[in-house]
This record gives sequence, structure tokens and C-alpha cells, in this order.
Amino acid sequence: MKMIKQQILAIVCAIGAMLPMTSAHADNDKHARNLSASCAACHGTSGHSVGGTPVLAGMDKQLFVAQMQAFKSGARPATVMHQHAKGYTDEEFELLAGFFAAQKR
Amino acid sequence: MSLDRRDFLKLGVAGIAIGAFPGLAFASSEIVKKKGQRVVIVGGGFGGATAAKYIRMWSDNKIEVVLVERNTKFVSCPMSNTVLGGSRTIDDLTQGYDTLKKKYGIKLVQGEVKAIDSEKQKVMLANGHLSYDRLIIAPGVDFMFEQIEGLNAEVAATSIPHAWKAGAQTTLLRKQMEAMPDGGVFALSIPKAPYRCPPGPYERACQVAHYLKNNKPKSKVLILDANPDITSKKGLFMAAWKDLYPGMVEYRANSAVTKVDVAGKVAKTEFEDVKADVLNVIPPMKAGAVAAMAGVASVDGRWCAVDFLTYESKVHKNLHVIGDAVSAALPKSGHMATSQAKVCAAAIIELMQGQTPDQHPTIVNTCYSMVSDREAMHVANVFRFNAEKQAMVSAEGGGVSAQRSEVEGTLAGYWLKNILNDVLM
Repeated sequence: MKMIKQQILAIVCAIGAMLPMTSAHADNDKHARNLSASCAACHGTSGHSVGGTPVLAGMDKQLFVAQMQAFKSGARPATVMHQHAKGYTDEEFELLAGFFAAQKR
Repeated sequence: MSLDRRDFLKLGVAGIAIGAFPGLAFASSEIVKKKGQRVVIVGGGFGGATAAKYIRMWSDNKIEVVLVERNTKFVSCPMSNTVLGGSRTIDDLTQGYDTLKKKYGIKLVQGEVKAIDSEKQKVMLANGHLSYDRLIIAPGVDFMFEQIEGLNAEVAATSIPHAWKAGAQTTLLRKQMEAMPDGGVFALSIPKAPYRCPPGPYERACQVAHYLKNNKPKSKVLILDANPDITSKKGLFMAAWKDLYPGMVEYRANSAVTKVDVAGKVAKTEFEDVKADVLNVIPPMKAGAVAAMAGVASVDGRWCAVDFLTYESKVHKNLHVIGDAVSAALPKSGHMATSQAKVCAAAIIELMQGQTPDQHPTIVNTCYSMVSDREAMHVANVFRFNAEKQAMVSAEGGGVSAQRSEVEGTLAGYWLKNILNDVLM
């Protein structure tokens, strides 16, 4: 009996631990999607540029973050992107990178 | 016998059915039969069309979207100054709404809104009404002609165009430039900020000068600015005028036009009477008429106060405002309208599902100005929500081009291509 109780408790705890995680995860995904949406004016809907700017959809996550860091530090010169990159946090670079990497090219 | 919920709903449906026969009932009829949760959007410009597309896209087409627009086609205001310069035609900037209908299942209603009943949640048109669960108005701007004696909508449409909404007046202004004598004066009057597209008037001065330099080189562009100084990209515009159009562009600050003599083409300021060959008076602006109809233009009776997490009006519930009509420390630009539209779209989907909207909206504005047929410069900023101030504030690092360039001129063209695709395709 005691064992069953413990098992139930363990399951309840596990579910309890999972629930906020899943919900936080979904919120993060949506936040990443919302953040990325503002890039569409130059880079197309969900990163599918129709010309003149890099296609961000399907871009490697590490590469995206590295490029944004380079724009931010000035290591990679740019016309516009150095200004946008400076407005975002490192955490936001990760979120943006994750969203674009997950889009089909 | 008591009515259960199902019976009650049936009665409700019967009530609506009666509404479909105007001879029998007092109520107007529902223009598009409502199925499930519905968002009605009034205004199919950059903001409204984007909100329509993104609500469908992000809700997996679960939320019904009805888009009300009075024009049959979308005409881009961004880049429309180049029609004056001659490097684009108005047709290049004109696109239909077909893809929004076919690809996203958006219901398009062409017509003019007559009234908004925010209590009963209905939008009234001449031929009936549209019920909504949530309403987005994206009414753009309207002009305060009454602040300039002698000016009105009719005068603007026929002889002193503002051409601050791309379309017929843009074409009219270009024709007036073509008819202007060499050695003539093109006078451009800029209203006090806030107005749609802060750098736009100065870009226009460049485009007009570009045309005159190539066609009527003895002519002049005279800028009468109601503001104390150039409101956007000041150094870049001054350099462009000096380098590209030497001696052609004259700038006068603190010169609000208060009166026009239509027949004589004279603009009067507090200090002087300016006689022009072409008179382009951009009147002071306020939120588009639909905002006043809805009773949400509460800031100085001109602009709409919103919650920046949802763009819900501070006046009425379930009624959202996006784009130029919003009162904010955000530029009134096409890109900004689309960015606001997406925050609003995401929030509405969450609210309709009983969820909490994103608490950290962070959006971008990129705005190019064409200073000739090839060269451009930009202003770029990230804006993020500040919970303490309950406002959108500029993030670090934003700013303008180091200098105008042909590379940016090319990028500006691609900006237009990408944003139009994002809004309409």
C-alpha cells in the first residue's frame, strides 16, 4: 500500500513538474514566433525572403546567433543589421535562431 | 416548460433570420453569416491586412476573419514619393486582395463603415452589419482640413493635393509637376508632428527636386515646415539637398500654413504669403474617421490610446486599434503598422483561447527614404514593451544610415517587395 502511495506521489510529482515546463515551453515558442514576425518586412513571412535579403527560414541556429553577435559587436559591417542586433539580448538571439531554424526552407 | 440552452440558441438564430427580411424586422441583416469566433477588421492597409493574414495563419484558420475595406485595391504609401520622382508608377505600388481571400480564407467586404456599435459589438455598413467577438480598426489617418482656411477635401482632390495617401492625388501631383514651367516654385507644406511617416515629406522634397533637376532645372522646391526643425534623418536630408540638388531646395522652419488662396495658388503662414506654381499642402492629421465613429480617439480627440500588449483600446473592450491611429512614441510607418498588427493578432488568438498574451512584445521598424532614383538611407529601431511605463520604448542601438548609398537604394526596393509579400501574399 505504502509503495503504491509512493508511486502515485512520484507520478503526480512528475506530472506536476512536467506541466509548467510544457506550458513555459509553448509560451517560449510563441514568444520566439512573435519576435521573429517583425523581421518579415525585409526577410519575408517566417523568414522566407522573396529577394534581396538572406532567407532566414531553415538557417542553422549557431550560424544565425554568430551572425547576430558579429553584427552587434561590429565585427561584421552592415547597412542596417548592426542597429537591429544591438536592440536584442543574447537570449532573444537564441529564440529568433530557434524559430528560423525550425522553418522549412 | 423551460427553455434549455439549445432552444435559446435556436431562438437566437430565428431572431437573426428575421433580420434578413428588412420588411419584417427592425434590425439590419448580417452581411456575412457568422460561424464561430469572429474578428472583424476595418481597414485593409498595411496594419489591417497584416492582422487579417496573421490571425488566420497563427490560429490554423480557426478564427473567422472578415476584412472591411472601401477600396478595391491596396496601394502602398511607402515608396509612393518615387512616383513623383518618376522611377515608379502608381501601378507598381498597387495590388489586389485575391491571395488574402483564396490562400487564407479571409472574407473581404468592400464597403464604407457607417457606424460602430461597441455595446452590441456590431459594425454597420450601408447594406447591413457585421457582428464581432473582437474588432480591430486600422483606419490610418484623416486630414484636419479645418485647420487651414480655404482647404477642404474637394480642393485637395482637385487642385491642392496632399498626396499623403497614395493613389489619385499622387498622380494629380505628378501631373501638376509636369505642367509646371521651368523656373517655377513647388511649395511643400509639412504639418506639426505627429503625422504619418516622419521622414516622408523630406523624401518628397528630394523626389520632386530629382524630377525638376532633370526636367526643369531652374525650378525650386520650397519647404514650409510647421515644425521647429527637420523631424527625421536631418543630417542625411540636408546633405542630400546640398550634394544632389544644389541651390534647388529651400527649407523654412516654424512655417505652419494657416490659409490657402486656391485660385492664386498662395500659401499663407504667420510671416509671409508664398506664391507657388504647384502647391502641395499636407494638412495636420488625426486617426482615420472610423476611430471617432467608434468613440476611441480619446487622445486630444485625435489619436487612440491602447494597451500595448494587446492593442485593445483604453476606451472600449474587445475593440483594438493598430497602425497610424495609435497614440504612441512609435513612428507612424508601414512597417510599424505591420509589427503592431502581429502583436495584436497573437494577443487576440490567446485571448480567444482564454490564454495570457505575450507579456514582452518586441518589435522593429525599418524605414527607407529614397533621395534620388537610386540612392536611399534608413532609420532602424527595435522597440520593446516597458511594463513600468506601460509603453513601447526604443531599445539600444537604433539609428540612421552613416550615409546615403545606392546599396540602400537597392535594399529599399527589396524592402518594398518583401513587406508587400508579407502583407498580401
